[in-house]
Amino acid sequence: MAKMTYIKAITNGLDQVLQDDPKTLIFGEDVGKNGGVFRTTEGLQDKYGEDRVFDTPLAESGILGMSIGLALTGWRPIPEIQFMGFTMEAVDSIGGQMSRNRFRFSGDVSMPITIRTPFGGGTHTAELHGDSLENLFVGIPGLRVVTPANPYDAKGMVISAVENNDPVLFMENLKLYRSMKDEVPDGHYTVPLDKANVVREGSDITVVAYSAEVNEALKVADKLEKENISVEVIDLRSLSPIDDETIFASIDKTHKVVIAQEAQKMAGAGAKVAADIAENDIMSLDAPIGRVAAPDSIFPFAMAENYWLPNADDIEAKVREILNY
Amino acid sequence: MAAKNKHVVDFAKIKSTMSDPYDKPVQVIDETGKIVNQELFDRFSDDELVTLMEKMVWERALHEQTMNFSRQGRLGFYAPTYGEEASEMGIAHAMKKQDYLFPAYRDLPQLIQHGATVKEGYLWSKGHYQAYDYVRRGVRAFIPQIIIGAQYVQSAGAALGIKKNGEKDTIAYTFTGDGGTSQGDFYEGINFASSFQAPEVFFVQNNGWAISVPRKTQTAAKTLAQKGVASGVPGVQVDGMDILATYLVAKDARDFAVAGNGPALVETLTYRFGAHSSAGDDPSRYRTKEEEKPWFDRDPLIRLRKVLTDKKLWDQDKEDKLVAQYKDEFKEAMKDAEAAPKQKVSDFLKHTFEVPTPDVAADIKKFEAKESK
Repeated sequence: MAKMTYIKAITNGLDQVLQDDPKTLIFGEDVGKNGGVFRTTEGLQDKYGEDRVFDTPLAESGILGMSIGLALTGWRPIPEIQFMGFTMEAVDSIGGQMSRNRFRFSGDVSMPITIRTPFGGGTHTAELHGDSLENLFVGIPGLRVVTPANPYDAKGMVISAVENNDPVLFMENLKLYRSMKDEVPDGHYTVPLDKANVVREGSDITVVAYSAEVNEALKVADKLEKENISVEVIDLRSLSPIDDETIFASIDKTHKVVIAQEAQKMAGAGAKVAADIAENDIMSLDAPIGRVAAPDSIFPFAMAENYWLPNADDIEAKVREILNY
Repeated sequence: MAAKNKHVVDFAKIKSTMSDPYDKPVQVIDETGKIVNQELFDRFSDDELVTLMEKMVWERALHEQTMNFSRQGRLGFYAPTYGEEASEMGIAHAMKKQDYLFPAYRDLPQLIQHGATVKEGYLWSKGHYQAYDYVRRGVRAFIPQIIIGAQYVQSAGAALGIKKNGEKDTIAYTFTGDGGTSQGDFYEGINFASSFQAPEVFFVQNNGWAISVPRKTQTAAKTLAQKGVASGVPGVQVDGMDILATYLVAKDARDFAVAGNGPALVETLTYRFGAHSSAGDDPSRYRTKEEEKPWFDRDPLIRLRKVLTDKKLWDQDKEDKLVAQYKDEFKEAMKDAEAAPKQKVSDFLKHTFEVPTPDVAADIKKFEAKESK
């Protein structure tokens, strides 16, 4: 057990899977000698050699297309796409190809590919570096889309993702990389890919969030506790599929829900959660479903990020609105 | 002042010479049936010559019978292979069972030569999951790719996988057309395979047309073979209407790749005699009979038939019998395809994830109940 940042926890998890399974391969742009532009793969090439951890030519479709061929020939690829915005170059490989192969071959062919990619706003990056593009990918059958919100989950989930025999889009939050430290166990452990996590128990209202918004929701829970308002916070962890069971169990208790996400509101995981509640558990609620999300504009210019991204204040306002309904 | 205006680089000269030596197609027999390279021709035994002819006759018969089925409304999407028999069978003949094939949609004949069945080809066209049963039998082939160019990046990964597995005498090979060379994935595929010096042969079957768009619109490059140069991949053109030349070049390219030299690129010069697909494409909208005529004269069967007939290895009666025999087999294959079981949505759902997600599991139950009625 050691205190570890979110990024080190991912490095630690990758180290573990490289050690456990000789068929795992890490590759992408700058992941080798340089250890990734964020140092997520730092030290891994030295430890496991250039056959296992290597740089590729600079082409995202090539990287993910290659992953498919490697998987077909018995390898377990862990490609990195340097920033999530760059996945746009490889949408066919993800949605048109790897996610369809189990279906195409009636279960005879697995694509155990974990696509790691950083995303999320608040770090004032260049365009298409910080966008939350999960809304695009949660609509692809056969693809799991997951994102950890803390270092413990980051390690356990990256190990689960690599060990899973289906393609997993593993989204790493840029802002959390170095802003969070947590106790992270040594060695092998897993965190399930499709189980939401009740990170804080409460009885008055449920806030369903994921990634950096989980921390924003926890800030709100701390603050409202002083007013004797008890907020339950659920970390989705998995954006596709959604763990409705955990969400329904919570709202059956609190009867109120706010769904918070950093991505635009127009489609995606938050909308799916709202729809699932509306379809299956609406009678548990005694107030409308509340939503906190970014506005439906293009992800903003860096200098405007701070007043575009939804934060704790936005969640607090929405929670009060729903509580007072 | 004059010196100041003098060009530092003679771009015109570079442009005029950069296709060399990529525009001298290899040929063994010309369209009149004349042997133009006796040394290469003599490498073939009589048996091999007959085998190659039989394979082309098989592919031509497959095309004719398949078009019949298509006209009867018994098939779905089908991309005619008429005219490309030398290119497709010449290459197929040079490959080995242990090689990984990444076909595109016009490459069903090569896929069948590699181990798929005609029945599976028909099921692919009709749209049935049993089309891919060949994978279950251990045939090393991926799906007939629909997305133009996707097979290039995927096969580069398979070639790297072969190299990492340490498999000897094994390559990945893939096909696209002239239009496919315009895709980004075309370049990414050949460049990745080159960067990793992976054992692969990339084939471009230049049949002149990407649906209605002619080869010249795709690129101002003089040849498609030379597209390899930029990524360090040697490219060559071959007369794709000459099965002997195509076979020899494909074999050399394969030998080069298995020897650890990295990938090779082969452009076969051929022609799509028919429409793009069986679904309503009408070539008379975009090309003339005058353009088609010389290509029909280059029909790959005509020239080898003449050579073999002169050598008393072939006659019309033998060919007619073969065609009838093949077509009977294709009719049987179609009967088998038509007897394939009704597909179940619950099966599709079961094959969406290895472990069904809660939503998928609920759908499986729902459809199983529906399907049991």
